[in-house]
Amino acid sequence: MSADEDNAYQALAGTIDQDDPRWAFGSGFEDMEADLTAAVPDGADPAELAEYCLMLGDDALVYSHRLTEWVSHAPELEEEVALANIALDLLGQARVLLARAGHVEGKDRDEDDLAYWREVPAFRNVALAEPSDDLDFARAIARLLVFSTWRLALLHRLQDSADPVLAAVAAKGVKEVTYHRDHAARWTLRLGDGTAESHGRMQDALEWVWPFLGELFRTSDPERRLVAAGVAVDPAGLHDEVHEVIGQVLARATLTRPDIPEMGTIGGLGGRQGVHTEKLEHALDAMQSLARKHPGASW
Amino acid sequence: MVTLSLGARDAVARVVDPEMPMLTLDDLGVIRSVSEQDDGVTVTITPTYSGCPAIEEMRADITRALADAGYGPIEVRTVFSPAWSTDWISESGRRKLADAGVAPPGRATPRAAGPIPLTLDPPATVVRCPQCGSPATEELSRFGPTACTALRRCTACREPFEHMKEI
Repeated sequence: MSADEDNAYQALAGTIDQDDPRWAFGSGFEDMEADLTAAVPDGADPAELAEYCLMLGDDALVYSHRLTEWVSHAPELEEEVALANIALDLLGQARVLLARAGHVEGKDRDEDDLAYWREVPAFRNVALAEPSDDLDFARAIARLLVFSTWRLALLHRLQDSADPVLAAVAAKGVKEVTYHRDHAARWTLRLGDGTAESHGRMQDALEWVWPFLGELFRTSDPERRLVAAGVAVDPAGLHDEVHEVIGQVLARATLTRPDIPEMGTIGGLGGRQGVHTEKLEHALDAMQSLARKHPGASW
Repeated sequence: MVTLSLGARDAVARVVDPEMPMLTLDDLGVIRSVSEQDDGVTVTITPTYSGCPAIEEMRADITRALADAGYGPIEVRTVFSPAWSTDWISESGRRKLADAGVAPPGRATPRAAGPIPLTLDPPATVVRCPQCGSPATEELSRFGPTACTALRRCTACREPFEHMKEI
């Protein structure tokens, strides 16, 4: 055995073709050209389609970043693996959505430009994705329950989108997010119907997440027009299903539906219009720092 | 003029999955098409999960296998639609998984119309222990060491094992 083979890093480096350096932060979906360059559906405005892809992509991107904060902090190893897997699924969805947004807007920005080089007002995610849960496990589960229930209802309908990329991301995502929702629901049962301590903390966590629900069902102007073109899903139409599913879980978990008013808007504007809580800036600081410090780095 | 080439397809089919090396890409069912044109070979594959980290390795391995077989230039494309299902894993792939101690997936449930039902109780499907064959096994975690597996334990022989979950 040569000295090179003895060294794990050398051996690994040896398998990498010098013509194929790996971009350190993403890997590019140029190879998906056939999918990503599909024509914008009739009746849809390209700029609005790009914005819609950013909405759904940023929800997944920012929330996946918050989920990864649990790596090395989860209560048990299996849970750490689970949360990392869920984050990875969402990151995968985000990559395709951002790549599609970049193609449709036609400003020569790829998924990495959009993820790492936009500033806070250019993000289109809902506020639910933004705050740190401060490594409170009940909060992590409460947010996962709400996010996955809402996203599953949305993706389920989006499979019929006139945009082939949105339809493909949705068809794939439905299978993944079904697992995410089941995972959150079972933890909610275990904690809610557990000890007095776990019940109280799960109830507190629900109260923490509840103000974010209102925004999930607010329809933005671009969404309204894209719904008419058969491209987007109207979030207002998800309200009853999402509350029905969450209600089923809370009932079995002996938890009480919080009676807390939803977070307000600022002059009618919210995350979909680029108006965010300061928590997003904190998330982006961490998420974007490496790519900004080493632009174009590859390994 | 596009013609299917058995030679190029065979070279791709033999490539093994980076995370499940007991399976070839053919066993896994991720190869959509291999077409040989005058100016090279185009391979189309589908990822198992949206964020599957192995997809880049698969692309590199396919490119290497075709180059070694004398083909070039090579283009590997990724498509998401229709979405991959564990139902696409071949019978020989299922046997190889079991032989390697990974319980193969059952049949994915066909999607019914309407909202997707919530599963609050562990599914009643029987997953047999790949070591001793006992049907008395329990789920430890929905999410295993790779995106496509869950962790289970046999209550008869007490061995933990992975189960490729239906998707």
